[in-house]
Amino acid sequence: MPDLLDHYPLTPGTYHEMLDASGAVRPHWQRLYEHLQRSTPAQLIQRQALLARQIQENGVTYNVYADPKGADRPWELDMLPHVIPLEEWQPLAAGIAQRARLLNAVLADLYGPQELIAEGLLPAELVFGHNNFLWPCQGVKPPEGTFLHVYAVDLARTPDGRWWVTADRTQAPSGAGYALENRLIVSRAFPELYRDMQVQHLSNFFRSLQETLARQAPTSHEAPLVVLLTPGRFNESYFEHLYLAGQLGYPLVEGSDLTVRDATVYLKTLSGLRRVHAIMRRLDDDFCDPLELRTDSALGVPGLLQAVRQGRVLVANALGSGVLESPGLLGFLPKINEHLFGEELLLPSIATWWCGEPPVLAQALEKMPELLIKPAFPSQSFAPVFGRDLSAEDRQALSARMQARPYAYVAQELAQLSHAPVWQGEDSQLQPRAIGMRVYAVATADGYRVLPGGLTRVAADADADVVSMQRGGASKDTWILGERPLGSEPWKNRHSPGVHDLVRRDPYLPSRVVENLFWFGRYCERCDDSARLLRIMLTRYVDGDDPVALQAAVELAERLNLLPLQDEDEPSELHERLLEALLGDDWPFSLRSNLQRLQWAASQVRGKLSRENWQALVELQREAMSLETESPDFGELLDFLNRLVMSLAALSGFALDDMTRDEGWRFLMIGRRIERLQFLCTTLAAFLRSEAVFHQDALDGLLELGNSGITYRSRYLALPQLIPVLDLLALDDQNPHAVMFQLKLVARSVKRMNEDFGVPQDNSLATLIQRLSVFDLGCLEEGLFGESSVKAALDGLADLLQTIGETSGHVSDRLALRHFAHVDDVSQRTVSV
Amino acid sequence: MNSAHYQVLHDTHYKYDSPVSLAQQLAHLWPRRSPWQRCLEQHLVISPTPTTRRDELDVFGNPLTRLAFERPHDELQVNARLRIEVLERPRLDFNGSAPWDEAQHRLTYSASRMAPDILDACRYRFESPYVHLKQTFVEFSASCFPAGRPLLLCAQALMEKIFEEFTFDGEATQVATPLVEVLETRRGVCQDFAHLMLACVRSRGLAARYVSGYLLTQPPPGQPRLIGADASHAWVSVFCPVLGWVDFDPTNNVQPALEHISLAWGRDFSDVSPLRGVILGGGSHDPEVRVTVMPIAM
Repeated sequence: MPDLLDHYPLTPGTYHEMLDASGAVRPHWQRLYEHLQRSTPAQLIQRQALLARQIQENGVTYNVYADPKGADRPWELDMLPHVIPLEEWQPLAAGIAQRARLLNAVLADLYGPQELIAEGLLPAELVFGHNNFLWPCQGVKPPEGTFLHVYAVDLARTPDGRWWVTADRTQAPSGAGYALENRLIVSRAFPELYRDMQVQHLSNFFRSLQETLARQAPTSHEAPLVVLLTPGRFNESYFEHLYLAGQLGYPLVEGSDLTVRDATVYLKTLSGLRRVHAIMRRLDDDFCDPLELRTDSALGVPGLLQAVRQGRVLVANALGSGVLESPGLLGFLPKINEHLFGEELLLPSIATWWCGEPPVLAQALEKMPELLIKPAFPSQSFAPVFGRDLSAEDRQALSARMQARPYAYVAQELAQLSHAPVWQGEDSQLQPRAIGMRVYAVATADGYRVLPGGLTRVAADADADVVSMQRGGASKDTWILGERPLGSEPWKNRHSPGVHDLVRRDPYLPSRVVENLFWFGRYCERCDDSARLLRIMLTRYVDGDDPVALQAAVELAERLNLLPLQDEDEPSELHERLLEALLGDDWPFSLRSNLQRLQWAASQVRGKLSRENWQALVELQREAMSLETESPDFGELLDFLNRLVMSLAALSGFALDDMTRDEGWRFLMIGRRIERLQFLCTTLAAFLRSEAVFHQDALDGLLELGNSGITYRSRYLALPQLIPVLDLLALDDQNPHAVMFQLKLVARSVKRMNEDFGVPQDNSLATLIQRLSVFDLGCLEEGLFGESSVKAALDGLADLLQTIGETSGHVSDRLALRHFAHVDDVSQRTVSV
Repeated sequence: MNSAHYQVLHDTHYKYDSPVSLAQQLAHLWPRRSPWQRCLEQHLVISPTPTTRRDELDVFGNPLTRLAFERPHDELQVNARLRIEVLERPRLDFNGSAPWDEAQHRLTYSASRMAPDILDACRYRFESPYVHLKQTFVEFSASCFPAGRPLLLCAQALMEKIFEEFTFDGEATQVATPLVEVLETRRGVCQDFAHLMLACVRSRGLAARYVSGYLLTQPPPGQPRLIGADASHAWVSVFCPVLGWVDFDPTNNVQPALEHISLAWGRDFSDVSPLRGVILGGGSHDPEVRVTVMPIAM
């Protein structure tokens, strides 16, 4: 490989992570650098591709609101780690731990005696003016005085090589999960280096977090149930919530999965309410309780604060901890640390001036072109702005704004970020990019423990000097080199389960998840039915050689509401209606709409689906969305339907072969069966009442719809006839596409479920099995009483099938009502004057 | 010393379309004690019987009743019965109050120890859920705050301005109507006018709080007092260094005295709503609220 540094621009006056001032590779980078130097460009390209594939496969995403790339954007990870030697890391880690202790003490004061404000060490403006200072939390004392269970700090390295704090994250710091995921991926890309360079492991950090929450959770001697509370799948870091929940072994819940009764928090599960002892929240604190905090929050748990106040549940981080996320505080912390602990603050923070003091404001206004002006509070509708980017006029307007309410503004020096190399696949080169680093600390019984590593964030462009995942940009794994402490790996729960602890079912399955599994099952089947019928119509439409069979299929589809009806006033061509049925965004029964519902249900149960299962779904959705609606090619559409039917078959295979047979699975399967039974019944009933009942091609279509053509041909070696077709599709109890088969299965599953949940049995399905099994196809043989008797017999069978279809619908409704009713109940606010 | 006695009935009645399976309510229906007001008798009649009830003080020092209902119910009734004595407050010399800009300076951070009354006033100086601070409020109230004018005269002028330029209109706004819209349409009810006055005062770095309570209304001449014809009321209290908190009622352009009964105070309506909660189920619902304020001869 040619010299990697041939085209590597060195910006003067910038600290470079890999190179020293003379341009030589720093000692701690030597190993990695030599490794790169020895690799061929092809090897490196392959390695970066491996990374990208793992990210794709693990489904690592970062959801950026209003992102043109779609709701979920793949996480971007650079192959090269950010490397820090131990001797440089240790003082940094000490500084971070000290800072975490300080911020925890500040919270304890603000939600306690408020002496720091009374003493003049902290401006009341910055605390009481902050929308995350939650007055109702005043006086709440958390266990062990811990307000900050997890703390994160954003750091930047200045040209002199020192790390400076740019921001504190105290609300619900994000990114630790991504750091862990980055580690898994990058360490696999460089396995030998990772081992030889003695990179510090991340596992102890997460173990400490588990230990702290378990120790502080209030229990009456039972094992604590800890849950991870997420705002839901639209949150930018939902992937991380899923991932962390999985790694920590905590159920992932949304606000509506929890309920508070008698100041105690419960998780709503299928088998009843389970007490929750601790909540690790990824929801901003003011949204956590619509009763006492932000009353417009639909995401929280009404009554949560009262449960916290009475010491019945632990919330981490403590409600109200978000108040420290103001850049205005930075300048006050050194004095407070001296006041509280008699120590100098080890970590410097980027020079920051809070404008609430008149002389400071005057200075900030004067030096505005050199400064970054930021809002002091997150509630302000004001984005940080570089003074140098403002016109004279804009500067004037901003000055007026700042003078009107000075305490809401902060002026900050520009952080000069250090540069680290990133691998540029296109031109097989290393290129420098600005980086910032987020590091985490966790509260333990002996003070704060710092994660030896972190999330290194990389600026999006070569000349950018801001790092932000929301504005694009990538991340890096962070390698702290040095001797590993003994016994730190592998990461397992310290408590190893014995025979008595064995569990055969998920005891904390939220009802919401089960309900969505049920609907996931129904929509899988519904999409399959709809795709098959559309395929039949489309094939016949494209072939154009059998108008009767096409007409029969069209009529059937209309009766089943799978094809929009002709508009009397505005007749439309059949191909337009077919298109609407397939891809219509406005028609609620279109295949695409059903695929979207399937996707929605799946995303609600993503934690229960295997990686392959999820990937298959993502692929389906991607393809459905990419189909051209304006000038479609019918051959392409047919091809899509074929692949769709195949992917749906794969989904059903996953369900059968891949999922644990727990309650969730049972609901998924019963959902599938009820859907299929309903479809079969309504389809056959509609067919029996149609003109096409004796038409061979129409019968052929029916067999295709019931996926039973092969069985038929192997049994009869003849063209389809009504009686054997009906036997195969209605009465056969060995054919999974027959009414009888599915009816018996549904009846059996419902019976077992009712037994398990102690619900009275209901015989409506058993009666129907009886009625269907005594139906005599012989009465369809012509001759005895003539054509009219055949017609009557057909109508009788159609009526029976329709009854079966309707009854299965009632069974479904009853299941939903019994098991998920409380899921749907909507919390609402009331207020009176 | 002059005083007045009142009996107050404050009845709230919710009828729900569908049963409510779980409800939590916070009531600010018991009057707080103050040097000019004593509560002689108080009852809270609640139906159905709550599963739990706790009476405590909220973070602003107001009596707060927490109610939880964990059994299904179709309606909820909360009836407050109060007997209250209101005493005359000392008359203040508005001309002698501190200039508003000096008061603002005294409330601003100065890196030195804060007096307890100033620290307390700072709770009510900033944005709160219903009171967002915007430049428009500074502009709207500019004429009331010329440099150097005594603070209480400024507040009085602001109260008059709101009273004169705004129309009382029970149909124009709801609880959630944003203040800028109130400013635009120049219509609203007592909560809106109180919030607007708070926004104007706080936008200038001064402190003011929201007071929830009742007002004695006079029936039309020759007619008897009707039960339930009154309403809960709201006004503001402005902090003046040395003199303390002084009440202003922008809806009626008066300084609250013997005819105003205070229930609770906070940063805005959200801190002291008479009854608010979260219910599970219930469908649509509209509370029926009946308030009666009756003077009692002693």
